[in-house]
Amino acid sequence: MRARVFVTLKPSVFDPQGRTIAESLHSMGFGKVADVRQGKYFELELDTDSADKARALASEVADKVLANPVIESYRIELE
Amino acid sequence: MKFAVIVFPGSNCDHDAYHAAKHVLGHDAEFIWHKETSLKGADVVILPGGFSYGDYLRTGAIAQFSPVMTAVKAFAAAGGPLLGICNGFQVLCESRLLPGALLRNRDLKFHCEHVRVRVERTDTPFTLHASVGQILSLPVAHGEGNYFADADTVERLEASGRVIFRYCDASGQVTEAANPNGSLNAIAGICNETRNVVGLMPHPERACESPLGSKDGLVLFDSVVASLAAKGALTA
Repeated sequence: MRARVFVTLKPSVFDPQGRTIAESLHSMGFGKVADVRQGKYFELELDTDSADKARALASEVADKVLANPVIESYRIELE
Repeated sequence: MKFAVIVFPGSNCDHDAYHAAKHVLGHDAEFIWHKETSLKGADVVILPGGFSYGDYLRTGAIAQFSPVMTAVKAFAAAGGPLLGICNGFQVLCESRLLPGALLRNRDLKFHCEHVRVRVERTDTPFTLHASVGQILSLPVAHGEGNYFADADTVERLEASGRVIFRYCDASGQVTEAANPNGSLNAIAGICNETRNVVGLMPHPERACESPLGSKDGLVLFDSVVASLAAKGALTA
């Protein structure tokens, strides 16, 4: 299976890159873009056909490596 | 006395730390490659500055899994003095040897300049010879030095006197303008609960000789030497 892991800064953590992108968009006239949060995206090719096992494995990898729980949260999509 | 300087792929201040320990202080020093599993009898361990693993994923994130870190964690757990400088501080945070994380600088700029930090506490092996309120002029060189932790953690750090260095101006005042990166509470360096693990973003090892513009960093090295001498570990 393939797992997609989306890592983003927690809402309480200021994201200066996202803010800069948002300000740039505003100056370009995209005034309806209220805010931007920048994150990271990972694709994991997993050696299992079980969705449960795939989710558990992706979660473990995200907890241990892909995301830093001090500043980041993540969500997982499977396909 | 023996200093161990851990070398990760991408470390680039390892020689500065080695030079300070060996040539400026005149103590034994050894580079320890990150694939080693022993610290070879070191009395002090330094995680140096640089860009371990090219800052891939997050600063310090990959280095925490290097084989040598098992020995470094055991050394810290046994009370050994462990100093993380810049990227070394980031590695300590990623390893959970210190709380919090270092975020991208508030202004998104890489800051390469001399800053001032105020010594907040002298009850660590690396600040023993400093005085509370002493102002040190030290260089910084980082893009991700913006100290962050959740509110409870910061409160706990403050309440237990674990903020060791704070960015300040020439008169020792903590101001927004004197904070180069947006760190919460102007935190430049902290220690762990047992106070033997210290991490800071500025580079004391690059400020140990007058031609470099400042000798203020020496106090960290002198302190740890004195701390170990007091424990009877001084053999060199």
